[in-house]
Amino acid sequence: MKRGPLIPIIGTLGFLFLYAPILWLIIFSFNDNRLVTIWGGFTTRWYGELFNDPKLLGAALRSLEIAAIAASIALVLGTLCAVSLVRFRRFRGRSLLGGTVAAPLVMPDVITGLALLLLFATARAVIGWPQQNGIPTIIIAHSVTCMAYVTVVVQSRLGELDLSLEEAAMDLGATPVRVFFDITLPIIAPALVSGWLLGFTISLDDVVIAQFVSGPGSTTLPMEIFSKVRLGVSPDINALATIIIGVVALGVVTATILQFRRPKARA
Amino acid sequence: MGELEQLRRLGAGLVTAAPPLAADLPRRPWTFIQRWLAALGISGRALVIAAPALWLTIFFLIPLAIVFQVSLSQSAIRIPPYDPLITSDEGTVQMTLHLSNFIRLFEDPLYINAYLNSLKIAAISTIFALLIGYPMAYFIARSSDRWRNILLMLVILPFWSSFLLRVYAWIGMLKNEGIINNVLQGLGLIGAPIQFLQTDFAVYIGIVYTYLPFMILPLYTNLVKLDDSLLEASADLGSRPWQTFISVTLPLSIPGIVAGSMLVFIPAIGEYVIPSLLGGSGFLMIGRVLFDEFFSNRDWPMASALAFAMLIVVVVPIMFLQNAQNAVVSRK
Amino acid sequence: MAKKPIAADTRPWRDPAARPFVRIRHVTKKFGDISAVHDVSLDIYQGELFCLLGGSGSGKSTLLRMLAGFEEPTAGTIEIDGQDMAGVPPYHRPVNMMFQSYALFPHMTVEQNVGYGLKRENMPPRQIAERVAELLKLVKLEGYGQRKPNQLSGGQRQRVALARALAKQPKLLLLDEPLGALDKKLREETQFELVKIQETLGVTFVVVTHDQEEAMSLATRIGVMNLGEIAMIGEPTEIYEFPNSRFVANFIGSANMFEGVVVEDEPDHVRIRSADLGTDIYVGHGVDCAPDQILWWAIRPEKIMLTRERPAAADPGDANVIKGFVEDIAYLGDMTVYQVKLDNGKYMRVTKTNSRRGDPDAISWDETVWASWSNSAGSVLVS
Repeated sequence: MKRGPLIPIIGTLGFLFLYAPILWLIIFSFNDNRLVTIWGGFTTRWYGELFNDPKLLGAALRSLEIAAIAASIALVLGTLCAVSLVRFRRFRGRSLLGGTVAAPLVMPDVITGLALLLLFATARAVIGWPQQNGIPTIIIAHSVTCMAYVTVVVQSRLGELDLSLEEAAMDLGATPVRVFFDITLPIIAPALVSGWLLGFTISLDDVVIAQFVSGPGSTTLPMEIFSKVRLGVSPDINALATIIIGVVALGVVTATILQFRRPKARA
Repeated sequence: MGELEQLRRLGAGLVTAAPPLAADLPRRPWTFIQRWLAALGISGRALVIAAPALWLTIFFLIPLAIVFQVSLSQSAIRIPPYDPLITSDEGTVQMTLHLSNFIRLFEDPLYINAYLNSLKIAAISTIFALLIGYPMAYFIARSSDRWRNILLMLVILPFWSSFLLRVYAWIGMLKNEGIINNVLQGLGLIGAPIQFLQTDFAVYIGIVYTYLPFMILPLYTNLVKLDDSLLEASADLGSRPWQTFISVTLPLSIPGIVAGSMLVFIPAIGEYVIPSLLGGSGFLMIGRVLFDEFFSNRDWPMASALAFAMLIVVVVPIMFLQNAQNAVVSRK
Repeated sequence: MAKKPIAADTRPWRDPAARPFVRIRHVTKKFGDISAVHDVSLDIYQGELFCLLGGSGSGKSTLLRMLAGFEEPTAGTIEIDGQDMAGVPPYHRPVNMMFQSYALFPHMTVEQNVGYGLKRENMPPRQIAERVAELLKLVKLEGYGQRKPNQLSGGQRQRVALARALAKQPKLLLLDEPLGALDKKLREETQFELVKIQETLGVTFVVVTHDQEEAMSLATRIGVMNLGEIAMIGEPTEIYEFPNSRFVANFIGSANMFEGVVVEDEPDHVRIRSADLGTDIYVGHGVDCAPDQILWWAIRPEKIMLTRERPAAADPGDANVIKGFVEDIAYLGDMTVYQVKLDNGKYMRVTKTNSRRGDPDAISWDETVWASWSNSAGSVLVS
């Protein structure tokens, strides 16, 4: 058991490294100077500017909508997938399903984005839909990526679930569908929630795929941010970042506290 | 009334009221037709599998097939901007497969260089992430319970916040007029600002920084399960702390190291955002090359060929690695 | 050559004309190439507390799961109350199971757990509440209804599991190692309660266990299983005093086992010459065997008597007596265990109840003794 000072020192430095940019984002969102190099005094005007920017606001709402829908689709399909992989012992195409659902985790986004764009282009030529890429295409694309994460999370939790609980329910007269809704779902609910949140975050954060499959008038928030920051630094982005960090921090702290309120007996 | 008597009354109420067995119990498909349907896969189970399978086939497998198809085609001025593979003309059907894209992949050094460069960047970034992340994970794992949760929270928070914005933060910090240069100049360590942005160095920092939580978390999970008694036994047998580390802790943490490294190395190869924001315009990573090929050059077939090649070269080995890993685990 | 006893030929437990409640006929269960259960046939009668006893890998749990419906037999039939259970899923069988891990639903209260099966039957809520209350009273957990499983002790959880399994008034109740997770004291108390509940309610119990003491104290009949097959079925006395094979003799309690050759085979007696033991064994009844046949003879430690002097010959030809040397003694309070070394080097385990308090005459270490037994004290085993 190393109790020397070396580890804590490196550890602390590491955390400082991890948080330096975050602190920069927050501090300079209040800087009364567009140049972000000199401190010009405290101000909150960038937050105001943020809310007066219709393009950014529109993109933000669009992104939230897309993320919510994509995460939900991913949740349903990913859970079904996880159930198939964990509970069904052998079926034709099992390894193909397992490989395919996990593929987005290892595939660079550029490939996924390109592939889906080509699909939509081909579909347009063959069946006439989608006429134009837009929100639906982004949702579909994101659902595939998010599904990978949901499946991994749910699969892991489901694998830990004691089979005898489900058997006991069946023994007491519950059909397999009933067992799923009465027993399995309530017990794995936390995994479902974190799977959804993970999918939501992934969708909200995606730049590359959105670049490929979005259309005119359907830019997402990350796309807006990306094009803006290529041109240079801008304090209203800092403000946006601070808001996002604030929300995430709230969520993480709440989740951690909830985890400690409830000493669960592992099912 | 004795206890046994009470019990008997209770019991009588419970058992004598038991209903007779249902005359015809519903049972699993036993008739010929039902068995036939079941063999076709039409059952509750099949539907559960079919829903995600169908979605993935349409929106993942078929697109990949189309990528392959387009990679065999040729750029053209039409919508979509490539020639169809199968053309029919006055009673003849012709399928043209252009291998020119794939040939160009190998002949034009741009692509191979970009790929090798991507591998190099990803590998170096992974090593740095490991060097920084391992002590951090160790630090968290060895902390007291209360601190551990706080520190974990601190690691998870960046993980959940937008990675795009965190990369943007580095733009701000690494700028010539940015805070790092200002501090260094202010301390008198340098005379003129150092060019950080648009360099390899910036990309390394970007990748290491963004993927650091992915390295820390698996390492932490592994290290926290390390049995204290193993370390005590080692010390008891005369081992110094650093010796214990090398001979006990390090080998046992290898699964965590592998997991964390995979989580950093693999996505890093195909990174697009970080190199385009922090790297120079001449900075080549394969993700960026593909993107530019598609959007700037409008050469869909070339981009598709590149994508397909990336798939073979990056994804397939990983699948094999996964299978091998699973095989090892299940054999244990 | 003695036939291997067919399991289904055991004595019907209560009424010779009674129809068996559970009929298991030539059931085999294969997982891939491995037979977990091989050609098992047995009958269980209504109201019995039947124990399936065996070590791990004996197939007892697989057999139980086939009764519950979680596995389908690869071959053979299972009938419960005259109905063939082939293809009937667990949720349609009149069978309920108490799991080894109790399997209480962690997100439901005790009341909701116990009432779950009743809810699945669409029983009206008020009736469910009444029945649940009765059951909780039966298992002595009144007032615990609103608690969650993680707020209960191990013994309390077990009782909830029992109440839940009894709620639907099953014809057949299956219990998988019910006392395994309890400590010794609790185990004894619970054993008694289980039997009491079973006898009062008249439900047929099938209990799976690896603990022979548990089986002996709980069961009306025991089915000893070994490597997927039934070794013997019988009442506890039969199993213990009249084992049908070396396996059963060794599995239940302890036995001194000696190999020998038949030298006299008469309808009223059999003489076995045993170099393994060092003397002849005279068995006072006929045994279904051939002359010169090799077989084994097992005798329980408590059936052997130790004396300082050679006892008068009760059986012809110097049989059933042997000299030995007391090498080790274990004083267990209620009885004493002697490790007696025979002239040929083999050991004989002899136990004696300490019926006399502070017996000054008790046999002690390093004494030369004579071990003797009656001509019906041991079992002749052909397999």
